[in-house]
Amino acid sequence: MPLHFELVTPEKLVRSEEVYMVVVPGTEGEFGVLGGHAPLMSTIRDGAVRVFKTEGAQAEEIVVRGGFAEVSAEGLTVLAEHVTD
Amino acid sequence: MASLKELKNRIKSVKSTQKITKAKQMVAAAKLRRAQAAAEAARPYAERLAKVMGSLAGKVRGESGPLLLRGTGSNQRHMLVVVNTDKGLCGGLNANIVKAAKAKARELIAQGKTVEFYLVGRKGRAPIKRDFADRINKHFDTSNVRDPGFEEAETIASELIAMFDQGKFDVAHLVYPQFKSALSQDPTVQQLIPVPRPEETATASATAQAGAVVEYEPDEEAILAELLPRYVRTQLFGALLELAASEQGASMTAMDNATRNAGDLINKLTIQYNRSRQAAITTELIEIIAGAEAL
Repeated sequence: MPLHFELVTPEKLVRSEEVYMVVVPGTEGEFGVLGGHAPLMSTIRDGAVRVFKTEGAQAEEIVVRGGFAEVSAEGLTVLAEHVTD
Repeated sequence: MASLKELKNRIKSVKSTQKITKAKQMVAAAKLRRAQAAAEAARPYAERLAKVMGSLAGKVRGESGPLLLRGTGSNQRHMLVVVNTDKGLCGGLNANIVKAAKAKARELIAQGKTVEFYLVGRKGRAPIKRDFADRINKHFDTSNVRDPGFEEAETIASELIAMFDQGKFDVAHLVYPQFKSALSQDPTVQQLIPVPRPEETATASATAQAGAVVEYEPDEEAILAELLPRYVRTQLFGALLELAASEQGASMTAMDNATRNAGDLINKLTIQYNRSRQAAITTELIEIIAGAEAL
């Protein structure tokens, strides 16, 4: 079950794609989000969000600052103020 | 009656002015498209943030919320954040923004409140200084950056929030032009701090009814406290984007009018030029004929 992942900054929508898993550096510890994850809202500490396109694939790291993650039925949305690929 | 030579020079100068206004109009049209695209691109973030705030606001009720949401409890000292452009040549845009800001300031003063100004952009400075010279708190300069963006919004927001935390004011209003079309930009006054309690969104209550329990990490209040400054920043960023689009739109319209006026003026001057040329020829002919008859 793929996960719909969106990464949004105030300037633009950076990513909107189907991925396998995303590991998010939450303020209270890292957590991985797979498809069908329970609804969750968490603040993010500055660090790298790791995106796994497919199972076992090489992780792609996106460094975010000032972030916030929301998991809902639609998927994972990361709101970040600054993003460096 | 102006001489032929004078008229000719006049026509030449109006023509070159027309060229300038035409060029400026085309530049504004191109920049407007870019500004609109930027405003468009910023929408998803603002929408999602508003959605999250809406679903959180329902959870945190009463007087317990963070300072930015519940305010200082008093409503005495007001801060007006007025967003203006740095450059002119955009018709009545800045005048309208300043007018709206002054109207709001007068209304607040009439109610016995104190008012201070926080000015962004160069063009609002002089007209507001004329009426409220001693009330200008700070002037934020954006003239050294090409397109004010999120970084500027961040700086302004953090300064405002710092002032709010120090108790320098109770309520902040944001005055900015809302871009409707190239022809109309409405100056808007909007409360910035304390953040107006967001409406509980329909989706939030729908998920609550469906029984889906959202987990919060850390808790609702901590997240809200974290998101509120971000919301203020987004509001300011939005205002800057609206301003950029409005500036280019207003400039385009103003320059279009100027180009058309210059065209009318050239026509009028050309007719006058031709008339006086013909009159000169006629006079000359009469003189020759009269001379020939006298012989």
